[in-house]
Amino acid sequence: MASSEVLIPSNKKVRPHPTQNEALLFEKSSPGKRAYKLPPLDVPAVNAAALLGAAHRKTPGELPELSEIEIIRHFTRLSTWNYAIDLGMYPLGSCTMKYNPRVNELVARIEGLAEAHPYRPDSLAQGILEVIDLLQRCLIEITGMDAITLQPAAGAHGEFTGILLVRAWHESQGNPRKKILIPDSAHGTNPASAAICGYTVETLKSNAEGGIDLDALTRQVDEETAALMLTNPSTIGVFESQIAKIAEILHAKGALLYMDGANMNALVGKARPGDFGVDVMHLNLHKTFSTPHGGGGPGSGPVACKAFLEPFLPTPVLVQNENGAKGWNYDRPQSIGRVRAFYGNVGMFIRALAYILANGPDGLRQTTEDAVLNANYIRAKLEDFYDLPYRTPSMHEVVFSDKRQAVKGVKTGDIAKRLIDYGFHPYTVSFPMIVHGALMIEPTESESLEELDLFIDAMQAIAREVDETPELVKTAPHSTRVSRLDEVQAARKPILRWRPTK
Amino acid sequence: MRYLPKSPIEREQMLAEIGAPTIDDLFAVIPAEHRLNRDLDVPRQHAESEIIDYFRAAGKKNSTGFASFLGAGAYRHYRPVIIDSLVQRGEFLTSYTPYQAEITQGTLQAIFEFQTMIAELTGMDVANASMYDGSTGAAEAVMMAVRVTGRHKAVVAATVHPEYREVLATYAKHQGLPTSLVGYELKTGRIDLTALEASVTQETAAVLVQSPNFFGVIEDIPAIAAIAHAKGALLIVSIAEAVSLGVVRPPVEADIVSLEAQSFGVALSYGGPFCGVLAVKEQFVRQMPGRLVGQTVDGSGYRGFVLTLSTREQHIRREKATSNICTNQALVALMATIFLSVYGKEGIGELAEHNLAKADYAAKTLSAQPGVKLRFTGAPRFNEFVLQTEEAPAQWSQRLLDAEIVGGIDLSRWYPELRNCTLWCATEIITREQIDAAAKALAAVPARA
Repeated sequence: MASSEVLIPSNKKVRPHPTQNEALLFEKSSPGKRAYKLPPLDVPAVNAAALLGAAHRKTPGELPELSEIEIIRHFTRLSTWNYAIDLGMYPLGSCTMKYNPRVNELVARIEGLAEAHPYRPDSLAQGILEVIDLLQRCLIEITGMDAITLQPAAGAHGEFTGILLVRAWHESQGNPRKKILIPDSAHGTNPASAAICGYTVETLKSNAEGGIDLDALTRQVDEETAALMLTNPSTIGVFESQIAKIAEILHAKGALLYMDGANMNALVGKARPGDFGVDVMHLNLHKTFSTPHGGGGPGSGPVACKAFLEPFLPTPVLVQNENGAKGWNYDRPQSIGRVRAFYGNVGMFIRALAYILANGPDGLRQTTEDAVLNANYIRAKLEDFYDLPYRTPSMHEVVFSDKRQAVKGVKTGDIAKRLIDYGFHPYTVSFPMIVHGALMIEPTESESLEELDLFIDAMQAIAREVDETPELVKTAPHSTRVSRLDEVQAARKPILRWRPTK
Repeated sequence: MRYLPKSPIEREQMLAEIGAPTIDDLFAVIPAEHRLNRDLDVPRQHAESEIIDYFRAAGKKNSTGFASFLGAGAYRHYRPVIIDSLVQRGEFLTSYTPYQAEITQGTLQAIFEFQTMIAELTGMDVANASMYDGSTGAAEAVMMAVRVTGRHKAVVAATVHPEYREVLATYAKHQGLPTSLVGYELKTGRIDLTALEASVTQETAAVLVQSPNFFGVIEDIPAIAAIAHAKGALLIVSIAEAVSLGVVRPPVEADIVSLEAQSFGVALSYGGPFCGVLAVKEQFVRQMPGRLVGQTVDGSGYRGFVLTLSTREQHIRREKATSNICTNQALVALMATIFLSVYGKEGIGELAEHNLAKADYAAKTLSAQPGVKLRFTGAPRFNEFVLQTEEAPAQWSQRLLDAEIVGGIDLSRWYPELRNCTLWCATEIITREQIDAAAKALAAVPARA
């Protein structure tokens, strides 16, 4: 044991510095401490045991008992163990880790919006309904589609909703059809979403450029194909230049084109899916429209579609009556039904609209241009150091492989971990699966030239380290509070909660 | 544009390094006929002050300052100040899903604490890292029961939130999963146990009930569990009002609990983002959807946390995954974790008892008005109750609105048989003065001409 380490009675290894050694809330608890004070009860107190009878809770849950300052310190200390966009570049490909404007947080907390109950009468909800209406109109314009639902809670939930629209439309034509085509480069959510909609998934092999193989598509599309789920630009950051032809092949057999809008950050203000043959698509407000990722959510996954799919949108839909007042219409006989209670992650709608207002048409276009500029700059500066499996032009992200480094036994995951030592979050590792050992880098528009150059320097330095001191890279990170964690043990004997000691 | 950190000169310099004459050369791969050669028709670029003005005006137009008796799956509780102080720290707010464990230990440990708290409160063994909300959580729980049992039918109580049932119907429709509905006892508002017993068969994968149910009535969980388990079906208990767990016995006989944790410090925000979460018995954990955080050690033996058992998930298993869920409600789960740290073991009980007292006073006071009675009696309730009025709700609700009070929600929109019945909620936020004012407005039936 190193001298800087001390033992505590439970024999757990701890560090000498309290901020690096914050225990679980439960381990810090002490009976009788409290961080709350309820106002005096202004109605008669009740005897809970008598009122509830057998339904009365006799044993409270083992929640921690702490004071307010301890809670503040606890979560503040934990927060310092996180990497964040606010700290530096977060080039996770396909996740679009762009700046999350703080005004978004402020306006989402405005009392009249944050405290609105979802069942308040429409007459008391006109303000929030106007916000929802304006966001819907903006997103319809940005995508070039005809109609939209904001109900889905995240991207995968949007995929589910979009594929249900496809299914409902096919059913209205007399046959729901059986299969969904999905390229081998797709996100895992695509096949999972198609499956829960009752479809079988057929994989479409990518061509030599990493795009859709038109011959394979022509062969595989038949009268039982409901749709193709296509990410455009693709997960290797390439725009499908044959997109019109792809739509034509599908439509000729009565199949629809679903677009996964995860990569819309490459298109906003420059091209609209509705103009290139897409029938239905989802957006990720937490990617393209700057709502915070928050450590994994909440997201929001609006689904936009062409007019022929509108009758099938989830209930309710926002409508405006003759006197201009807005309200919800539940009378939608062809609807796929609800996909979520209430109307969606409204707090995210407010933030996304604030982002659109801050940008305007010129800002949205410049944002897209800068995102693509940044990715291409990185590509130009790193292609002499890392293998570029597809030489097709990049849009908002660039995918390298670890082919050159693998010779030295260093994998993409190792390079990613070493990047942490240089002060950056890793890129997306080993995805898309069509690239063996992928390094998927998406800088977004939020990076300055200075930050990009620091990242490029780091990546070049790591490439040199792989040649000179590969062990240094293979054992990275070396600068973090914890080193590589034992994931095998975590999965073999799962410890998924703290337990009180009896 | 103020969010973009590049000068025009830098852009030119970068283009030169790339070897592209103009920015549009980088978009040349998009066929010309598909390129947008005009400005998007969206509002012009706004100053920050204008953005705030716009949303403040929207907030004002929404009307504030009304006393509200609305519940029905969305509950107004006091939100301690430190929740927003902490969740707005950029390290939480602007971090991604903790796939890179070495630099996301903050989020991971907080989720581990969340999982523990939810398991403790619900009486289950393990909880996941969150689902979208209570409605989708309930639907995912039913699909999970199908995987566990290998059976393909579900029995659902009519007293489950109607919108949760609609969501389940959307999911079940394409899974070959027929669901049958079981009604409620007219006197108590509880699920009809005789009808339940008749509905559950050897083919039933799951029985889904809600407790406190949509009418605010607490179900007899041990009796329901006995019926479900006698036929080998799993029992799923949906809980929409999480604060009830401070004083109501947890559904320990359940196999899966689907909780909506919005009541734990999450703003109403017109219905979202909320925070669903599933808690289950240990033996079902590998069939559970959603992310899970587990404890482990690093190379030097220090305790650390990682996302684990991910072979259940879509990014590994694709179409064979337990669910398509990816992004969940992490930051909202953090809000709930902070809320529960503030109230703690004793406080959550005290808070729940305040709710019980306010609702008891409100139910007694309002039902004592002429032409008003309590619709369901004889079974315990938490903080919601149903009133039946001689007057149609449309008539008295306007009188209440004139007094800046939003009364209970009309139940006939989902239950046509419950004519003139409204669902009321009284949390710790409501004051005696507001309850008395509502009673006065209810009683002020205009004299007949």
